[in-house]
Amino acid sequence: MSATSSTIVNLPDQRTARLPKRNYINNEDGLLSWLFTGDHKRIAILYLISITFFFFVGGAFAGLIRLELLTPQPDLVASDTYNKFFSMHGIIMVFLFLVPSVPATLGNFLMPIMLGARDLAFPKVNLLSWYLYWLGGLVILGAMVMGGVDTGWTFTTPLSTHYLNTHVVTAAMGVFILGFSSIFTGLNFIVTIHRMRAPGMTWFRMPLFVWSHYAASILMVLGTPVLAITLVLVALERLVGIGVFDPTKGGDPLLFQHLFWFYSHPAVYIMILPGMGVISEVISTFSRKRVFGYTAVAFSSVAIALFGFFVWAHHMFIMGVSNYSALVFSLLTMLVAVPSAIKIFNWAFTLQKGSITFETPMMYAFGFLGLFTIGGMTGVFLGALGMDIHLTETYFIVAHFHFVMVGGMLMAFLAGIHFWWPKMTGRMYPESLSKLAAVTTFIGFNLTFLPQFILGYLGMPRRYHAYPPEFQVLNVLSTAGATVLGVGYMLPLLYLGWSLKYGAIAGNNPWQATGLEWQIQSPPLTENFVEIPVIDYEAYDYEWLAHKTANEVTTVG
Amino acid sequence: MDNAIVATHPHTHETAVHAEHEHVSLPQHRHHFETEDQQREAATFGMWLFLLTEIMFFGGMFFAYLLYRNWYYDAFVVGSNQLSIPLGTANTAILITSGFFMALAVWAAEVKKRGLLVIFLILTTLFGIAFIGVKADEYHEKWEKHHIPGASFDVAEFVNPHAYGLKEQPLAPDMAQKVQIYFFLYFAMTGMHALHMLIGLGLLGWLTWRAYRGEFSAGYVAPIENFGLYWHFVDIVWLFLFPLLYLINRHPLH
Repeated sequence: MSATSSTIVNLPDQRTARLPKRNYINNEDGLLSWLFTGDHKRIAILYLISITFFFFVGGAFAGLIRLELLTPQPDLVASDTYNKFFSMHGIIMVFLFLVPSVPATLGNFLMPIMLGARDLAFPKVNLLSWYLYWLGGLVILGAMVMGGVDTGWTFTTPLSTHYLNTHVVTAAMGVFILGFSSIFTGLNFIVTIHRMRAPGMTWFRMPLFVWSHYAASILMVLGTPVLAITLVLVALERLVGIGVFDPTKGGDPLLFQHLFWFYSHPAVYIMILPGMGVISEVISTFSRKRVFGYTAVAFSSVAIALFGFFVWAHHMFIMGVSNYSALVFSLLTMLVAVPSAIKIFNWAFTLQKGSITFETPMMYAFGFLGLFTIGGMTGVFLGALGMDIHLTETYFIVAHFHFVMVGGMLMAFLAGIHFWWPKMTGRMYPESLSKLAAVTTFIGFNLTFLPQFILGYLGMPRRYHAYPPEFQVLNVLSTAGATVLGVGYMLPLLYLGWSLKYGAIAGNNPWQATGLEWQIQSPPLTENFVEIPVIDYEAYDYEWLAHKTANEVTTVG
Repeated sequence: MDNAIVATHPHTHETAVHAEHEHVSLPQHRHHFETEDQQREAATFGMWLFLLTEIMFFGGMFFAYLLYRNWYYDAFVVGSNQLSIPLGTANTAILITSGFFMALAVWAAEVKKRGLLVIFLILTTLFGIAFIGVKADEYHEKWEKHHIPGASFDVAEFVNPHAYGLKEQPLAPDMAQKVQIYFFLYFAMTGMHALHMLIGLGLLGWLTWRAYRGEFSAGYVAPIENFGLYWHFVDIVWLFLFPLLYLINRHPLH
């Protein structure tokens, strides 16, 4: 027997199983009941739909970029159009997809349930954050429709303030608004974690998913306002010419870099930390083991959040910062690798001697482990000063952050979506098709981005739409990979939609997982719990689960 | 069965509280909080976190101030000399008074005195408006002297101070241009502060109306308390802005 034929999936008898009569989906009817909802689960679904939309918009731009790069000649689009493509791809993917992806969907849905609460602390603020998300998204789409923006997602001065005549201010305002959406999500999570835990839910009984969201929320709350004021300054510089980033008036463009990366470096941890939380849950469940070194994994999230604030200048090594500060920032950058490595090692030890099964979420999680490790290790290369000077602004950078963000975060997002899909909808996704999608994604991803490491090392700069002919083979491979990757992402969209109506009834706990969210009905009630539970076990206590199941049988018998 | 762990523990916190005390439920109590204390604590905690984001928001500008003050020290001294200490001091006093009445308003809400609460809120508002008025007057003076950064910024007063009856050393033309940076930071920081004041005044009007209807006189004081936190935060920002922009090294030794 191969390992994959064993499974822990435990579905109710499909002939008699029904979805629960009353749940959050059918609690109220009509579009307005969704648009004015305060229910964290409904807001999570709204977010999920919105994020998926923007993901495919951003993905379309990625496709166009790869299509242009198929040939060395600039033949598909003009150079400024190409600049607009990658700018829109970056802005949409970073601010409209990656930052809110796991927190606003899975986090919103699960955080209160995992803590044993009925809702987040501020349901109206939560809904407001979704509206701000759309407002920001529409402003950015507006900038795109009016003619686009070509600064890249970084809004680098003085390029963005003096040399471009595109819709920089509009796009920056969109990102400014999105920042508040993100701040409100983070603020809501922190207050909920501090104040809404059920009796007996101590800090070290919380699932690691909650810990990683806690760390990410701290980053959102502390980092995002700095981005906000920075973008206000850029807009003022463009509109009024205030001179704060303008060397001719005594300003300093480097100040922009400091302020921007003070947010935008922690932002990559905002993006990855919630994904790490998903991976902790998935790996524990499908190895039937407590996460190895729970405390270390929990504190490594906080450590990443803390260190993440002190490494921003590694984006500026070639911009004329002092050599001594570059040395310090290089050292600090390498230090961030330590808590990330702690996580990877602990997950590996969780797998060791576990009863591993290979359901779809686990396959995505394995994808995450490998790809994130490669992405993280190349980050250490880039943190080294000498290497960075050779590799910065090349495709090596592009490959590095796509390995972390797409290979890491997107894999984690899909792992989480598959893992909690039965909880969110009450129905299972089709298992074999989803495994195919996981494998397709993994293959497509590697085909797309591994060649870019080589391209970057050979010296192909990023952000150009033409390149010397000797790079063509690798670029063709990359574009072919992007096609495969596109298929890999389209598949879940199709079969998850299909499963909404035709998927098998999942029951309360198809994975036999220990989390509090698996002990309630799927889909959950609007109020989550009939009575607030008293927690007398820690997360990942499989013995507790076995006892509970045994008792249930006795009661029924 | 659903909610198996729940069923084994029928006595939740909420029922315990109800059993022990004669508990009066407030109409503002939201169902997803177990107790009103939890709701109040959550709201206050959320407000503190929000103020933390505000600190970071202003922090970006304070950082820029720090940097450029070190680079263009002379320009910053000259720029700072342009500000009026009497007006700044008066405004500081006005704002602290406004904060004092806000503190009294919180007290009035806690002891459930409706009339006093409304009066204190109105006084808070009036002193807030007075602050904005003085600030507008200061802005207007800068406008008339062409000290607003931008195309029409005029450096004459800084390169040739004696012609304007000023006793300070003239600045070289390129350093005089840097006074623009000082004034930009002055307008950005005080302007962002004034924006927070204006938002606060709007909220005060709304709270006054609600207080007048008696919403905060029955034990539900969270909005007043949390607005108090916000208003004091705005005060404190000014208490940093005033010395940094008006007072530090006004009269340099050279």
